Amino acid sequence: MGFNLVRLIALLTVLPILGIVAYIIIQGAGSLSLEFLTQVPTNGMRSGGIFPAIVGTFYLTIGTALFAVPLGVAAGIYISEYAKDTLWTRLIRIAIISLAGVPSVVYGLFGLGLFVIFLRFGTSILAASLTLSIMTLPVIISTTEEALRTVPARFRIVGRSLGATQWQTIRKIILPQALPGIVTGVILGLERAAGETAPILFTGAAFFLPRLPSSILSATMALPYHIFVISTQVPGMPVQIQYGTVVVLLIYALGMNLIATLIRNKARKNRQW
Amino acid sequence: MSEKALILRNLRVQYLDGMESLRGITLDVEPHAINVFFGPAGGGKSTILRTINRLIDLDDIKQMEGELLFHGKNLLDADVDVTELRRKIGVVFSRPIPLPLTIYQNVSFGLEAAGEKDKKKMDQQVEKALKQATLWDEVYDRLNEPANTLSGGQQQRMCLARVMALEPEIIMLDEPTSALDPISTAKIEQFMQDTKEKYTFILVPNNVSQAARMADTAAFFLQGELIEYGVGKSIFVTPKDKRTQDYVEGRFG
Repeated sequence: MGFNLVRLIALLTVLPILGIVAYIIIQGAGSLSLEFLTQVPTNGMRSGGIFPAIVGTFYLTIGTALFAVPLGVAAGIYISEYAKDTLWTRLIRIAIISLAGVPSVVYGLFGLGLFVIFLRFGTSILAASLTLSIMTLPVIISTTEEALRTVPARFRIVGRSLGATQWQTIRKIILPQALPGIVTGVILGLERAAGETAPILFTGAAFFLPRLPSSILSATMALPYHIFVISTQVPGMPVQIQYGTVVVLLIYALGMNLIATLIRNKARKNRQW
Repeated sequence: MSEKALILRNLRVQYLDGMESLRGITLDVEPHAINVFFGPAGGGKSTILRTINRLIDLDDIKQMEGELLFHGKNLLDADVDVTELRRKIGVVFSRPIPLPLTIYQNVSFGLEAAGEKDKKKMDQQVEKALKQATLWDEVYDRLNEPANTLSGGQQQRMCLARVMALEPEIIMLDEPTSALDPISTAKIEQFMQDTKEKYTFILVPNNVSQAARMADTAAFFLQGELIEYGVGKSIFVTPKDKRTQDYVEGRFG
């Protein structure tokens, strides 16, 4: 009885997700075509494809990864392996947790102030990637830290007892064991970054660009912002294109999610402790 | 008498949380012998081992003082290269702890950390170490399999081989057979007897009978103090201290 209730509640949480995904796919799948995926928008975005937005989101994901992954993983390693429990490291921890709780539009404004205006990057892929990186950092740092902490302490002791330095022990034993967890966290963080609108709104997203960005200092179209634009800013917009764009973003994000899940499952099988 | 392998003079260690500590230990570790440190749990045996190869640096230590001389150098000094030290004084733990690597990589790990790049030399060292630990015949055709596919006894001999590969001077074994069956235990004990001409052993035995069986010298520890120390097996036959006698005869512990 009690168990069935729990099962029912669990099912209730799944239903809305399935409902949303199914509804969007039913509405949007019809507009998906090779042309839709590979052509630029035409006729004031009311026809043609969404190629620049797909490419833009891809660039932003890569750009975010380039900044956030090295920095986030390094910070996670430092906090988990090197930092002593002092007032200073506690402050860092609190800062990271707070950073994770900041609304994304605030990151957007921060990025506008720092990267676009102060550092003169303009509204560009560079500025938008950096802004998304800062937003993604807390996720990457905490999952890295978490993944490292799950590796048993005895491996560290054995590594050191065999005359390895702390860094050698981390690099050759601890990191490889934690890597699947780190990769999972990184992908989930990047997935969130890829789907965000607010942080790129002022820092790099373009309303409409009929061509691909030419450098990291160009603005770019991006899927989430494009969805916002064609849903609210363009009169007479065909519904199929709106839903089709949403489907593409959904597949992009769920695809990353799927990769993360596969990596995690594979790693669980190979785990040696 | 030849040079002592280690000279401990008034060695004191205190953990930050006030836990198990050493209260002024003075003793000599004889070279090319099996030096047995025994006594009930919490006596400080493991702390001594951890202090000798400075693995204790990984713990929260409040205080560490006294002399711990190895080739005339005090190992407690700040300028000791601990990685180099740990290559010379290896340790085998009570539970086999295979690293999450292959058998080969487990044994080559220390060599690689020491900067050995020559693959051929590494192969030779790994083979030699595995042979010394009497494991080679059982694993030579599966060196690239994960180390945790070995049985417990094999894993512990691999842990021994891992230490041997570095050609240490002193090998410390902290209850190395506590998780092993009698046959595996016998193999480890035989290994020590066979190679003590070449190495110096410090053995923390699982029990008094192993202590008596293996000891060339024996030191009895109780609550962080060295109660009695003797060359040969005299300590087990005619203990001088009442507490040693009680422990040896199984009245406590």
